[in-house]
Amino acid sequence: MSNAKLPSTVRKSKGDDIVVSGNQDYVTMTIADQMFGIPVLQVQDVLGHQRITRIPLAPPEVAGSLNLRGRIVTAIDVRLRLGLTGRPKDKPGMSIVVDLRGELYSLMVDSVGEVLSLTKEDFERNPATLDPRWREVSTGIYRLNGQLMVVLDVPRLLNFTTIETA
Amino acid sequence: MDDLLSEFLTETNENLSVLDVELVRLEQNPNNPELLSNIFRLVHTIKGTCGFLGLPRLEKVAHASENVLGKFRDGELTINPEAVSLILQALDTIKSLLAVLEATEAEPPGDDLPLIERLNLCAEGKLGGPSPAAAAAAPPPPPTAPAVAASDDRPATLDELEALWNSIPGPNDPPAAAPAVPASTAVATRAPEPAEEPAPSQDLVVPDAEPAAAKVPAPVAPMAGGSAGGNAGGADAGAEAATKESAVAAQTIRVNVDLLENLMTMVSELVLTRNQLLQILRSQKESEFAAPLQRLNHVTSELQEGVMKTRMQPIGNAWAKLPRLVRDLAHELNKKIDLQMLGADTELDRQVLELIKDPLTHMVRNSADHGLEIPAERLKSGKSETGRITLNAYHEGGHIIIEIQDDGKGLAIDRIKQKAIQNGMASEIELASMTDQQIIQFIMKPGFSTAAKVTNVSGRGVGMDVVKTNIEKIGGTIEIKSAQGKGSTFVIKIPLTLAIVSALIVECAGERFAIPQISVVELVRAAADSEHTIERLKGTPVLRLRNRLLPLVSLQQLLRLDDSEDAKKPADETFIVVTQVGTYTFGIMVDRVFDTEEIVVKPVAPILRHIEMFSGNTILGDGSVIMILDPNGIASATGEMAMGEAAGKETTAVQTQRQEDKMALLLFRAGEGAPKAVPLSLVARLEDVDLATVEMSNGLPVVQYRGKLMPLVPIDPNFSLANEGRQPVLVFADGDRSMGLIVDEIVDIVEEKLNVQLAAERPGLMGSAIIAGKATEVIDAGFFLTQAYKDWFGSSAQEGFEEEKLQRVLLVDDSPFFRNLLTPLLSVAGYDVTAVENAGDALALCEAGEDFDVIVSDIEMPGMSGFDFAEAVRHGSRWQGVPMVALSSHASARDLDRGRIAGFNDYVAKFDRDALLFALQQTLTDQKGAA
Repeated sequence: MSNAKLPSTVRKSKGDDIVVSGNQDYVTMTIADQMFGIPVLQVQDVLGHQRITRIPLAPPEVAGSLNLRGRIVTAIDVRLRLGLTGRPKDKPGMSIVVDLRGELYSLMVDSVGEVLSLTKEDFERNPATLDPRWREVSTGIYRLNGQLMVVLDVPRLLNFTTIETA
Repeated sequence: MDDLLSEFLTETNENLSVLDVELVRLEQNPNNPELLSNIFRLVHTIKGTCGFLGLPRLEKVAHASENVLGKFRDGELTINPEAVSLILQALDTIKSLLAVLEATEAEPPGDDLPLIERLNLCAEGKLGGPSPAAAAAAPPPPPTAPAVAASDDRPATLDELEALWNSIPGPNDPPAAAPAVPASTAVATRAPEPAEEPAPSQDLVVPDAEPAAAKVPAPVAPMAGGSAGGNAGGADAGAEAATKESAVAAQTIRVNVDLLENLMTMVSELVLTRNQLLQILRSQKESEFAAPLQRLNHVTSELQEGVMKTRMQPIGNAWAKLPRLVRDLAHELNKKIDLQMLGADTELDRQVLELIKDPLTHMVRNSADHGLEIPAERLKSGKSETGRITLNAYHEGGHIIIEIQDDGKGLAIDRIKQKAIQNGMASEIELASMTDQQIIQFIMKPGFSTAAKVTNVSGRGVGMDVVKTNIEKIGGTIEIKSAQGKGSTFVIKIPLTLAIVSALIVECAGERFAIPQISVVELVRAAADSEHTIERLKGTPVLRLRNRLLPLVSLQQLLRLDDSEDAKKPADETFIVVTQVGTYTFGIMVDRVFDTEEIVVKPVAPILRHIEMFSGNTILGDGSVIMILDPNGIASATGEMAMGEAAGKETTAVQTQRQEDKMALLLFRAGEGAPKAVPLSLVARLEDVDLATVEMSNGLPVVQYRGKLMPLVPIDPNFSLANEGRQPVLVFADGDRSMGLIVDEIVDIVEEKLNVQLAAERPGLMGSAIIAGKATEVIDAGFFLTQAYKDWFGSSAQEGFEEEKLQRVLLVDDSPFFRNLLTPLLSVAGYDVTAVENAGDALALCEAGEDFDVIVSDIEMPGMSGFDFAEAVRHGSRWQGVPMVALSSHASARDLDRGRIAGFNDYVAKFDRDALLFALQQTLTDQKGAA
């Protein structure tokens, strides 16, 4: 009996440390015309525009919190996290909900695209000259047809302690 | 760990705690067969399971205990405190073995032979209690013989019986089951005896005691017959009781706590979803969902209630250990203690229960140790020998109230005062102005224990502060009432559950926040047109609320909220949420106040944990996320201001800093300008002079005063006296001379810290200071004294000390005000005063070859303190023989000792003029005598 867990506590623990091997599925998104990707297994939800409650005194990257089917989700403005300017107010934007150690976070992006299955051959490490702030939160780059996709590392993206030093 | 083993541990631990309680009850009701068979059954179960699991060491101890209990049950042994103690000891051994078992999953090696031996001895009737000798009972002797024999052969037994009788509640109990065993008829002969004795007026210890007493005739009969061989009746009763018990047991199942926690979380979610659905429904006029939603609503409510109930446990669970604890304490401290527990079935959340267990135990222990007196002392003060501790739990408006009451000596206010001074928590002056209630609060401060010596039980200096912290941690409060000689009461108020709290929803700068209801005292609307308005002190908002100044905290500023454009803030209207944290009350300024709502507290995301303003967040009925404000965080964020206010307003708070030099000042008005003040210690009397009696002499107005002429001096030289009416006068006197200072009006006497800014651009004025919130001129009394008598200082000295030369006094004080105050004072008294402002200067004078008859030194000085100065003088300086008098605002016993050690001959409170003069005189006389 003691080992029984209710569904709500089941965690996608495998998603956190994905190994780059074979084909990988990524949810793609666009921020400031740049394409980013997150391993599809780490994604819980894709949301449209949401009402967000501001959290006073929180770090600027924390846009606030929102209610996702009864769970409180912390919304992160990925633009600010990547050192970009905030999204213009008239553009509603979208969110990708990810799970990190049992807590839900909603990553606010400009738009969410399709799911791509990519091969290892197209993967490359971050160029050494990449903006340190981006290099910090990215595991590598995929060469796609006509554009590049930056793979976001969710745990590092949500590790706010490094922001001050970055 | 093995499932079987962990199951065994849980069960056995539970059984053991039941046993503790039951055994204590048995000791008080020795002839309750139901109780006895229950105890027997529990020990037997423990023994059986130990054998089954292959735990020989445990089994042996349990077996030996069971043997003794078996003898009790069969009536072969008398139940006496020694035997019960022995069994309790055996239980303790079992507990400690279990603890090892739990940690290592194996029985510790070794055996418990001494204990088992004693148990066996006891079972054979050779220990503690007498041997009732079942064999002797077999041939029934003549009716009266055994009773006589019993009293002759075993006087101890009868004494014990008396003792037992005293501890048995209710007047109808027979002395004990024991005498019934050796001779059934003896009961009849002895029966009247208890009736003759005045029944001790005691309340029931446990609710079961009454039924037990009622059942008395029944158990006695079978037991009496038991020795003759027909024990069937007793056994049947035991069996019946056992089946009743197990039937109850079969109706409960063990559920893992995690599972319940999860269930609770899920239900909380469900409640929130239901709330959202209802909100949506309200916005739609007609919906086919209305009926099913209504049903869902009901079911959810009931489910919520049900799940909440699973988390509820009777508070009695937290009390289970107490009877045993009190019993042991009573034995250890040689006190008679009766523990009453009322409302043990009051239920509260198990999380809360866990958290109050230790504080409760601690407080009961305190009551038993410090609170109750020893029997002799109790009798002397006209109370019954047996002290009583009452625990009472009940619901009151969404809270649980737990009272812990004892009828002991009450809190020793004097001891608390002493201790507070000793620990530097407050000065004597502060204590003098405190109410008893405020003084009592000191026992909640860290490191405070009034127990004169550290006993095994308490007095280790950790205690009430921990209790208070623990209770406040779960949002509770604690209150103390105490009456000298009558006892003390501790009242704890705690929330029913931590999971769901009632919160006030407020809005500030367009954002909504929740404030836990428990810390909200009241709401005040402040607007230009209402009776309350916010005033500002250098930008700091404050509110006048019932003659008190309430510090305000602007939520908008605190949370750095910018005015959002959509916030339609009503002009000049602010709501103030009066909040209390501990003893600190403050107001939180918000724009709007909505209603209160039951909310489920959820922890905030880890990346936001460092923000101490929030204790969590939640989802409201309308689906929006809202932050829950933490009043504690806000209080501490408002920082030192908060602490200062708390200390000023509530004298109960610790005075972290000792009060600075406070002195009594006489406030008066005279002439133009600001009110004036003079140290009260300089003024001899206040007089009202009839102006008609004023005469002129030598160009000065004088009055006849006590057979002498007293010159009247105006403060303003241009002041001219009226011809009639009355005029208040401050009389300064010295020896047989006196002088009157003419004033317009005497305003008040205040005790204030004096911080004089020396700006004496006018003669007769020492400077100005802020007194009672107003700029006040402090006058230089010395100046006016010389106005009256040019030779005031000099002449008095010549008169008073004609036969000897002036005594030279060295005055060391860093405060220019005190130098100016004391110099005339001492001069008036006939001393030749040299004043320096620090110890360094004083030592320089020593180097320079100056000689003094006495040194008066302040203690608190920047740089070298008075103590250091005294040590420097005493150790090898040229002045080492010069007497020294310490001058300080803190003249507590501890300071005195310290001063003596440092080398001061005497120690005087700073504002005590007479004491200073006396001390100087005394010291100098001593010196002369010694020389």
